Amino acid sequence: MHNRQSSVVYEQFDDRTQQHEASSLGMWIFLATEIMFFGGVFTGYTVYRGLFPTGFSEGSHLLNARIGALNTAVLIGSSLTMALAVHAAQTGKRKLLMAFIVSTMVLGGVFLYIKFFLEWMHEYHEGLAPGLHFTYAGPQAGHVAMFFVFYFILTGIHATHMIVGEGIMVVLLVTAWRGGYSAERYNPIEMFGLYWHFVDIVWIFLFPLLYLYGAHF
Amino acid sequence: MSEHIAPRKMYFYVFFGLLILTLVTWQVAYIDLGKWNTVVMLIIAAGKATLVGTFFMHLRWSASMIRLVVFAAVFWLSILITLTIGDFFSRGNAEHQPMRTGTVISQSFSPAAKR
Amino acid sequence: MSSVEVAATPRIHYLNADYGIKSWLLTTDHKRIAWLYLMAITFFFAVGGLAATLMRLNLIEPQGLLVEPETYNKLFSMHGIVMVFFFLVPSIPAVLGNFLIPLMLGARDVAFPRLNLMSWYIFMTGGSLVLYALIAGGVDTGWTFYTPLSSMYLNTHVMAAAGGIFIAGFSSILTGLNFVVTIHKMRAPGLTWFRLPLFIWSMYASSIIFIIATPVIAISLALLIVERFFHVGIFDPALGGDPILFQHLFWFYSHPAVYVMILPSMGVISELVTAFSRKRVFGYHFVAFSSVAIAAIGFLVWGHHMFVSGQSIYAGLVFSALSFAVAIPSAIKVFNWTATLYKGSISYEAPMLYALGFIGLFTIGGLTGLYLAATALDQHVHATYFIIAHFHYIMVGGAVMGYLGGIHYWWPKISGRLYPDGWARVAAVVIFVGFNLTFFPQFILGYDGMPRRYAIYPPEFQTLNVISSAGASILGLGYIIPLIYLAWSARYGAPAGPNPWKATGLEWTTASPPITHNFEETPVVTEEPYAYDRIAEEIQVA
Repeated sequence: MHNRQSSVVYEQFDDRTQQHEASSLGMWIFLATEIMFFGGVFTGYTVYRGLFPTGFSEGSHLLNARIGALNTAVLIGSSLTMALAVHAAQTGKRKLLMAFIVSTMVLGGVFLYIKFFLEWMHEYHEGLAPGLHFTYAGPQAGHVAMFFVFYFILTGIHATHMIVGEGIMVVLLVTAWRGGYSAERYNPIEMFGLYWHFVDIVWIFLFPLLYLYGAHF
Repeated sequence: MSEHIAPRKMYFYVFFGLLILTLVTWQVAYIDLGKWNTVVMLIIAAGKATLVGTFFMHLRWSASMIRLVVFAAVFWLSILITLTIGDFFSRGNAEHQPMRTGTVISQSFSPAAKR
Repeated sequence: MSSVEVAATPRIHYLNADYGIKSWLLTTDHKRIAWLYLMAITFFFAVGGLAATLMRLNLIEPQGLLVEPETYNKLFSMHGIVMVFFFLVPSIPAVLGNFLIPLMLGARDVAFPRLNLMSWYIFMTGGSLVLYALIAGGVDTGWTFYTPLSSMYLNTHVMAAAGGIFIAGFSSILTGLNFVVTIHKMRAPGLTWFRLPLFIWSMYASSIIFIIATPVIAISLALLIVERFFHVGIFDPALGGDPILFQHLFWFYSHPAVYVMILPSMGVISELVTAFSRKRVFGYHFVAFSSVAIAAIGFLVWGHHMFVSGQSIYAGLVFSALSFAVAIPSAIKVFNWTATLYKGSISYEAPMLYALGFIGLFTIGGLTGLYLAATALDQHVHATYFIIAHFHYIMVGGAVMGYLGGIHYWWPKISGRLYPDGWARVAAVVIFVGFNLTFFPQFILGYDGMPRRYAIYPPEFQTLNVISSAGASILGLGYIIPLIYLAWSARYGAPAGPNPWKATGLEWTTASPPITHNFEETPVVTEEPYAYDRIAEEIQVA
């Protein structure tokens, strides 16, 4: 065990291949639990949208689909820079890796800024935040409120995941800056990339379900 | 090492593919297709998710075990959704239907059978 | 002795490799983490058991002997929450699974040791929140947290309790993740899937349930907390929600969770039955695949908890049919154990007594489950003591018997010492008798119509209730005896040697207690599991 490998292989593993396979299997299983976690809310959304289609499309119509589309593009962009970060790590390019981590963080930050200040704050002031400030009136008000409950829960959990991701990227960036990654050792970058792309996929489904359902009214 | 290093330009192709699909799904939403709007949107979303999974997340080069994990999660999620909405949308118009059936049963059996 | 030469007790092993409280609280050794869990869940078992004791005491008198009805509601809620989420679910996986999986696989540790330790801390954080809810005044939702009662109407510490379960859920998820990766990637050379011990198969199946189902209870409790905190309609019908949706999400986890409790037990029993019959297990492939089948079909049956709740009758029919289907793999296991016993040279050491007890009690519990899967009969016995008796036969008669049997069987490996076998046998019999006295009368009570969750009852039910309470005191005594002699033996028991039962399996080829990295050198597996015919030959030659 006291060869060159011991610095990159944890003691419970025999070699780097085993370690890499174990960590990517572990990460994917974690993402499977995430699918089920979001899946519970999606189930609720599906049930109520089926029961109250009018209220849900009325609620969806109140969202700004243009901002939603813009944010989708931003998040897809951050996925691209994340994929490029992994590529840079695989090829052992430290500076490029740091540059791509920073750009992923910036794009993620832009997404969160839009989400928080241009959407949530706006909806709060418009009286579309059930439980806090809800003034929407009309025959479907109850079901519109239900739509917004799910809107805030789904986007809220999604944004929480992004904030956690931003925090992890700070750690990755510092480690990369100190030269902690190389073409032999970039597992954390790759695993984090999977997480970030997963968060992107969740948004890919949230965008049409929340923003586009009522767009054509 | 078993990991695959994909050519860099592939990521850009995928990125532009995702942008185009976003544009399509956004614009289609303004055309009234009735129930088909949802179907189209979900198909496009699934397509985008597949692109991200296959190329950005390297599923294309992953072990079959990992693909199995993804399949299992999606499969079990579909069980959760299918069986749950199966209940809600087979209730008919009256939410009290099962309760009414229950009363009928106890009326025809109850007084003598219980004690 | 065994074919591999191993020192009786190594001078330095995992228990004395390092000293001090820090060496335990910061350990990443899976065997020490198993001890941390053992301590924690023994404590939670005592808390839950205390609540049960007070309930049984109260039910001696029809008007209630001890407590107000409100307090009684809190007692049964606390009993359920603590026992289900903080004892039964982690019991075998977190204690025996943690200790044994790397040993049985011939690995140095689990795949992610630090994650393993983190799981324990997450578990303890969740547990502390629930204890806070208990001390601060309790919860009276029942362990099921049904909405809108829990989200809108009760004034007790629902959020702390639900939050505690939410947090503890992540401990289950991470443990399951760790186990699946370990089983896939850390097997010793030559240890193919069909050479794995059946305990590993059952742990694999229950880990899948942990991974798939636990996130759903986490999110449903999170939705409950949101509804309660913000007073928005998710499940509350007054605000346009549907309470049945909560029940769907809740039981999507909580029914498979029953299999998380029973599957590991079944794995333990498979090991015990073959070890004490000195015979290869009958139908290895069937037992292995029935574990996976139970895990898979177990996800399709949750609606049978909701036959009378307003669920669609068509959904009820589907769920009823699927529930009958899950009996098939369970029955396969029972038949295979029985066939393993057939013409075996059976010996009645304490673990075997638990195993035999398990088979009998699980059969009763399983068969009464079929009554409940029938929609018509369920209308009659739903929410009565019949249900209580049924699931205690599964969870206590099944899961706890398996847990105790496993603890006794592997205790020489865990502690390196032998416990007094006479006392152990006495305790096993006392537990079996006490258990049946407690819960069999409840079948009759329930069938006669006594509803669950009431502090008082009509006087004609008193005789059976008194018998049940008397049985509970015997059962309680039965649980205290092993606690005493196991604690005694950890210090004063005779050294066990590597393989006191002359059993097969990699865990018995290393020293007792094992060294920190389990094996002096990575073992190589060359034969099928449970080769008791070979061991018999070796004993004859020696």
